[in-house]
Amino acid sequence: MHSPMEQFEIKRLLNLHIGSLDASYTNSALWMTIAVILAFFLFVVGMQKKALVPGRLQSMAELGYEFVAGMVRDNVGNAGKKYFPFVLTLFVFILFCNLLGLVPYAFTPTSHIVVTFAMAAVVFLGVTIIGFVRHGAHFLSLFVPKGVPFVLLLLLVPIEIISYFVRPFSLSIRLFANMLAGHTMLKVFGGFVVMLGIIGGWAPLAFIVVFTGLELLIAFLQAYVFAILTCLYLNDAIHLHH
Amino acid sequence: MDASAAKLIGAGLATIALAGVGVGIGNIFGSFVSGALRNPEAAPRVFGNVLLGFALTEAVALFALVIAFMILFVF
Repeated sequence: MHSPMEQFEIKRLLNLHIGSLDASYTNSALWMTIAVILAFFLFVVGMQKKALVPGRLQSMAELGYEFVAGMVRDNVGNAGKKYFPFVLTLFVFILFCNLLGLVPYAFTPTSHIVVTFAMAAVVFLGVTIIGFVRHGAHFLSLFVPKGVPFVLLLLLVPIEIISYFVRPFSLSIRLFANMLAGHTMLKVFGGFVVMLGIIGGWAPLAFIVVFTGLELLIAFLQAYVFAILTCLYLNDAIHLHH
Repeated sequence: MDASAAKLIGAGLATIALAGVGVGIGNIFGSFVSGALRNPEAAPRVFGNVLLGFALTEAVALFALVIAFMILFVF
């Protein structure tokens, strides 16, 4: 039987080398492309008719848009309007990658830390740059909690600084580990079904069915968490702890 | 002791983190239910926060899982 980790293997589909750089088109890139095409289809084709009473596809597109718009409005306020397209793109891309990964024999691009860390690094760098551009050196007051005695500050400021720099890691590891753990668990229980055979295999099979439902929830929840944490970080950078 | 045996013990020890996560997730949903019973009208408004807290707590368990995987497969 194959190992449960084999599903995360990256395979080259098209060999492409630029100098010493390996820019091959892999199965990871293929599934990201599919995710982008489907998202494009949902939003562009779905909104083609612009009907007053939306159909099913248009309704889905509008719901997704409204959901993220409300999230940015509630967490960042009016100043966040500028960054709404970025958050929506991030949310929809992660959601489609996560959901497509649940299709049997599909590959989940978000189960690789390179992919999630790249996104988290963009969020982290972007938020830091926005903070410094908007507030200048005053942005550093983010690390100094208000109304705290000086002795405690000696302890709290290093903690605040560390927790700030840990953000990209926790953001990326959260998404990647969730995807990795869920898919590995499904594969391990799939192995149980085969091992127990026709007599005892029904119990793990039932578990897989239930767990696939939970995985759907987690696929959505992780995209939501990634997007909402991006909003919270943006809010920190724009409003400095208010 | 064999190095591979020590690896397996280490990976098992890494799952101790689940104790804290169990307390955390139980606390989140327990507080939510008791709060929701006191004031059912406010319940839907905080449910988003509940899910956020759940995901943040669950992530701690997954950090432990990453450590266990690193012990098993990387070293």
